[in-house]
Amino acid sequence: MSNATLTTPPILAADERVGQKSTMSKLLGRPEIGALVGAIGLFAFFALVAPTFLQPSSFATVLYGSSTIGIMAVGVSLLMIGGEFDLSTGVAVISSALAASLFSWFFSFNVWVGVFLALGVSLLIGLINGIILIKTKLPSFIVTLATFLMLAGLNLALTRLIGGSVSSPKISAMDGFDSARAVFASSVNVAGVDVKITVFFWIAMVLVASWILLRTKVGNWIFAVGGDANAARAVGVPVAATKIGLFMGVGFCGWILGMHNLFAFDAVQSGEGVGNEFLYIIAAVIGGCLLTGGYGSAVGGAIGAFIFGMANKGIVYAEWNPDWFKFFLGLMLLIATVVNLVVKRRAELK
Amino acid sequence: MNAEKTRKDHISNATLLQGETDPLTDRPVHLLQLDGIGKHYGNIIALRDVTMAVDNGRVTCVLGDNGAGKSTLIKIIAGLHQHDEGTLTVMGEERKFSSPRDALDAGIATVYQDLAVVPLMPIWRNFFLGSELTTGFGPFKRLDVEKMKEITKNELADMGIDLRDVEQPIGQLSGGERQCVAIARAVYFGAKVLILDEPTAALGVKQSGVVLRYILQARDRGLGVIFITHNPHHAYPVGDRFLLLKRGKSIGYHHKKDITLDELTGQMAGGAELAELAHELEAMGGHTDILAEVEKETASIGGESKAK
Repeated sequence: MSNATLTTPPILAADERVGQKSTMSKLLGRPEIGALVGAIGLFAFFALVAPTFLQPSSFATVLYGSSTIGIMAVGVSLLMIGGEFDLSTGVAVISSALAASLFSWFFSFNVWVGVFLALGVSLLIGLINGIILIKTKLPSFIVTLATFLMLAGLNLALTRLIGGSVSSPKISAMDGFDSARAVFASSVNVAGVDVKITVFFWIAMVLVASWILLRTKVGNWIFAVGGDANAARAVGVPVAATKIGLFMGVGFCGWILGMHNLFAFDAVQSGEGVGNEFLYIIAAVIGGCLLTGGYGSAVGGAIGAFIFGMANKGIVYAEWNPDWFKFFLGLMLLIATVVNLVVKRRAELK
Repeated sequence: MNAEKTRKDHISNATLLQGETDPLTDRPVHLLQLDGIGKHYGNIIALRDVTMAVDNGRVTCVLGDNGAGKSTLIKIIAGLHQHDEGTLTVMGEERKFSSPRDALDAGIATVYQDLAVVPLMPIWRNFFLGSELTTGFGPFKRLDVEKMKEITKNELADMGIDLRDVEQPIGQLSGGERQCVAIARAVYFGAKVLILDEPTAALGVKQSGVVLRYILQARDRGLGVIFITHNPHHAYPVGDRFLLLKRGKSIGYHHKKDITLDELTGQMAGGAELAELAHELEAMGGHTDILAEVEKETASIGGESKAK
C-alpha cells in the first residue's frame, strides 16, 4: 500500500513530447493552410485596391466564377490525392453538355433524357480513363492526354455531323428545358443578392468529398493508393477499383458543370473547354494537393478555386489590364508548389 | 520481479513442443511444419529438402547468406509460390497455399522488408488500412475514428511501443518503430504465425535491438515467429530453433540447447571457407595466435559435422 503512489501511471495527456506541438504548428501541418493564408491575403489586397470588390453583388460574382472551377476541382483534388492526373476534364465537360444537347435535339426528346444520357457519357469517360490506366499501367498523364485529344476531336466532328454547325443547336424551346434550367442554372436570392445555384452545388460537393475523404473507408483507400499503391495492395485495398472510381467521380463533376454550361447559355461551342483542365489542376495544387499523390484535401481544392475566382474577377474590379491575370496565376502556382514541397519534406523527415 | 521470472520460465528450452499430439498417430503436432520441402524453377533447384517447425511462443530463425534460398522459403510459406516437393502442415493439416490471402486466412502473416505502410498517412490509418472499422448504416456508414485510434495506441503499448501521437504520419517514425507497427498490425489481425523478412537488415545497432525486443514481445503473446536474417548475432539471442540454409539446402537444423553462438557463426560462414581465410591471412602475415584459434575452430566444426 505504501508504494501505491509510486505505481500510479503517469498522466498520459502530459506526455512532454506531445505538449510541444502547439495549436499553431498543428494548423501549419494542414494541407490547405498555405492556400488559406494566400486567399486571405488576396482578399485583403483586392478589398484595398478595389472598393467595389467588397459589395455583396460583386462578391456573388466572384463566388460564381470560383464555383465553375471549384466544382471540377473537387473531383480533380480527390483524383490527385489518389495519385493520378486527368487532362481530359476540360473537354469532357463540353462532351457531356454536347451529348445532352445533341441527343435531345436529334430525337426531339425531353431534355431530361439527354441530361441523364450525359451523366452516363461522363461516367463512361471516367471509367474508360480508369480502365486504360489500370490495364496498361501507363502514366495517367499519357492516358488522359490521349483521351483529351480524342474527345476534343469527337466534340467537333460529332457536333458538325449531327447539328451541322460548330455549336450545338439551341434547345431553349424544348420540353423540360425550363425545369432543367431551374436545377442547373438558376439563381437563389440570399439576403437581397442573387447567388448562382452552382455556388451551392460547389459547397455541397466539397462537404460530401471531405466526408468521403476523412470519414469513410474509401477515403482511407484514396490516401493509400496515392501514397503507396503497392503497400495498399499488400494490405488488401482494392487499388484498381479505387482509382477507377476516382476517375468516374471526376466524370460526375464534369457532368454537373457541363449541364450548367448547357442550360445557362442554351447552346455550347464544340471547340470550348481546351485548357480548362489546367485550371482545375492548378486549383487543386494551390489548395495543397501533392502532384505525387497521397496528400491533400477537398477543402484545399475549394480554396484554390476561390483564389482563382478572386484573382480573375478582382483584376476586373480593380480596373487593371486582364493580361496580368495569367502572371498572377503562375506566381501563385509557384508559391503553392514550393510550400507543398516543404510540407511534404517535413512530413517525411523525422 | 515476478514478471521477469515467469518470462524466464516461458522461454525455457527444456521442451520446444507444446504438448499437443495428433489423436490418430499420437505424434506431436506443430503450429507449422515443413517436411522435406523443395522448389525448382524449371531446371534450377532453388530449395531442396528443407525441414523445420514453428510452435506457439517460439522463434524459429532461418539463417543464410544472400542467395541461400531464404526468400524462396518464405515465399512458399506466405503463399506467393508453391512447393514442388515435401509437405507443409498447419496444425497437423497438410496445406499448399495458392495465394497470400490463402496463407493469411490460415493465420500466416508476413512483414516484408518494405513493410507495406504508406509514409504520409497517420499511424492509426496505416494500422487499419484495408480492414477499417466502421460505425453507422447506409450512407452514414463512417470510420470509427476514436475506436481505431484507441486500439492502435493500446496495441502498440502492448508491444511496448511508447507512441507520441497516433495522428503523426508513419513516415516520421524510425525504421525500428515502423517495423513494430507492422508487427503489431499482424498480431492484432489474428496472425498465428508471423514471418519477419530481414527486419534488422537496414537498421543500426540500437534500432535492431529494439526490433529484437518486439520479436520477443510477439513470441510472448503466443505467436510462432519465423525470423529471417543473415546475422547470427541477431538470431541467437531470440531464437529457439535455427535453420541454416546454404545454396538452397539445409546445412543444419538445431535447437538452441544444442548449439552455441560461436558454432552457429562458424556453420554459417562454413568451415571450409574459414580454413581458406586462415590460409589467406597467414600468407599476408597475420597474428599467429589468432590464426591458431581460427584453425582450431575450423577443426572442431569439421569434426562436428562429420559426427552428424
